[in-house]
Amino acid sequence: MASTQCSSGILALRHKVLAPVADIVLKVAGVNKRFGGLQALSDVAVEIERGQIYGLIGPNGAGKTTFFNVVTGLYAPDSGSFELDGKPYSPNEVHKVAAAGIARTFQNIRLFPDMTALENVMVGRHVRTKATALGAILRTLATLSEERAIRQRSLELLEYVGVAKYADYQARTLAYGDQRRLEIARALATDPKLLALDEPAAGMNATEKLALRALLVAISKDGITILLIEHDVKLVMGLCDRVTVLDYGKTIAVGTPADVQRSAAVIEAYLGKAHTNVATKEPA
Amino acid sequence: MSPLLPRLRKDPRAAWIAAFVLAATLMALPWIAGQFGNAWVRVFAFACLYVMLALGLNIVVGFAGLLDLGYIAFYAVGAYMYALLASPHLTEQFAWIAQMFPAGLHLPIWLVLPFGAAIAAFFGILLGAPVLKLRGDYLAIVTLGFGEIIRIFINNLNSPLNLTNGPQGITLIDPITLGVTFSKTINFFGYEVSSLVLYYYLFLALAIVTVVICLRLQDSRLGRAWMAIREDDIAAKAMGINVRNVKLLAFSLGATFGGVAGAMFAAFQGFVSPESFVLNESIIVLAMVVLGGIGHIPGVVLGAVLLAVLPEFLRYTVEPAQIFMFGKVILEAEILRMMLYGLALVLIMLYRPKGLWPAPEHGVNPVQQRHSRLAA
Repeated sequence: MASTQCSSGILALRHKVLAPVADIVLKVAGVNKRFGGLQALSDVAVEIERGQIYGLIGPNGAGKTTFFNVVTGLYAPDSGSFELDGKPYSPNEVHKVAAAGIARTFQNIRLFPDMTALENVMVGRHVRTKATALGAILRTLATLSEERAIRQRSLELLEYVGVAKYADYQARTLAYGDQRRLEIARALATDPKLLALDEPAAGMNATEKLALRALLVAISKDGITILLIEHDVKLVMGLCDRVTVLDYGKTIAVGTPADVQRSAAVIEAYLGKAHTNVATKEPA
Repeated sequence: MSPLLPRLRKDPRAAWIAAFVLAATLMALPWIAGQFGNAWVRVFAFACLYVMLALGLNIVVGFAGLLDLGYIAFYAVGAYMYALLASPHLTEQFAWIAQMFPAGLHLPIWLVLPFGAAIAAFFGILLGAPVLKLRGDYLAIVTLGFGEIIRIFINNLNSPLNLTNGPQGITLIDPITLGVTFSKTINFFGYEVSSLVLYYYLFLALAIVTVVICLRLQDSRLGRAWMAIREDDIAAKAMGINVRNVKLLAFSLGATFGGVAGAMFAAFQGFVSPESFVLNESIIVLAMVVLGGIGHIPGVVLGAVLLAVLPEFLRYTVEPAQIFMFGKVILEAEILRMMLYGLALVLIMLYRPKGLWPAPEHGVNPVQQRHSRLAA
């Protein structure tokens, strides 16, 4: 757990140094998605600046996960424009989205259960490496050195999220909180420009949430932009630089957590409308 | 059995000794088996071919998790490819081919082998492309159909153009020539080395090459990608793995081994017919993979050797055993053999559902181990 506090800086170099000030990493606009008769997303737009932790909240069924799946390529949108780091990307093929630089985790953890923790992270390096079948069969020098680099980097990432001691354990044998961390390490292994986390705190107890929070702060400090879906409002409010609130597939508020908390529309979405006095409103 | 390998990994001297003993045993095997009759050398040569087949199928089924019930089709493709390119059949049927090859169509093995591998890989992609979106039972049914289609094609491609000679099969296939012709007994520094023993050594070498290739693939970027799509293909996609390409690669590489084994089979037998490539063969190869320990290379090799040798072993032992016990043969050898074979399969599935020699578990504490056993 302690290892999450110190930002080891292994993620930092690439991102922080090269980043111009206050540029937009993810720019998504006009996203529509319809499931049969249900308009799950209508005209949703999000702009995330580099280095931000961006929160996406909303009541159950608001379309958070749908939006998330559209951005990461799992669902094809009906319309919308998508730009990552100034370059348009097509969210129609999941693996291309990952290659473009968006790495995600899943609400219900999706690790590779029978592979070891280390192997899980090594899979994350796939998209940034290029050894071929022939290279592997012939064990060329290039393949061997690439393989060493993959292993080295994966071990570093395990260390970074704090599960290095389980490197050789099968992923399914890890404790729940550690599985979440492992999934984050696997996502980080793809060298993402944007790390998209789908309810990372779901099912965690208070202690685990604190540790997770520290980890996210460390990742953010190292220059990785984070998109966060979360139910735990306390976590979001304390952590995020900016928040979008969705309700019934529409954006009802955008701003800093403090702004959003004061928004009447948000309060209504979460708590319902204040009772109006029937007698005064509808005089007979 | 499973703690054996880690112990050898830790102790290099023991590993060398074990490797030496294993090598010596494998080299001596045909000579020892030869004492009990040439049929046994043949059995072991076939065991090596089955090791190749099982390891090839293991890439598809074990590594990538794609259930393939038509694998024997690639074996057939390889076998017929060799049969057509190294027998008088084509030159007899087609005048223009006879004109092109006045000395007859007898391509050498070093040309046929890569060609066979390539053609089988092509067929692997041909099968893989339409089934990319299928999983589990549906995939199994389509691959089963594919296997049968290839066999039925071969069975019926004797008219209007006689390409495969139909159910009669192709005969007079050249034996393999690698410096020496494998069909004759040769004299090697005063030792008589029979044709069967030569084939055994060739197949053994190919099986070992297959094992090495599989081990290397398993520990590679590609091997991890296969395992990732086996475990969770959505998560694999989200990690940037091009699932389509990686699956096609699994089908084509798996098919390659099938094709090479098929070419060897054709040369070894000197005769191929559609009968050798029935569904039952696909199932036997799959049984080797599953019983040995799906996805675990040493397990698959063990499964292949056992299932290749065990039926033959029973063939030669059940009758004498009955005469010894009851004084007469009560059940015919063939019937009893299949019953015992079936019984062995059932028992293995009951008591070792993950196979005889499954991949070792990592980091499982006793409580979890009990849970996973209950779950299984």
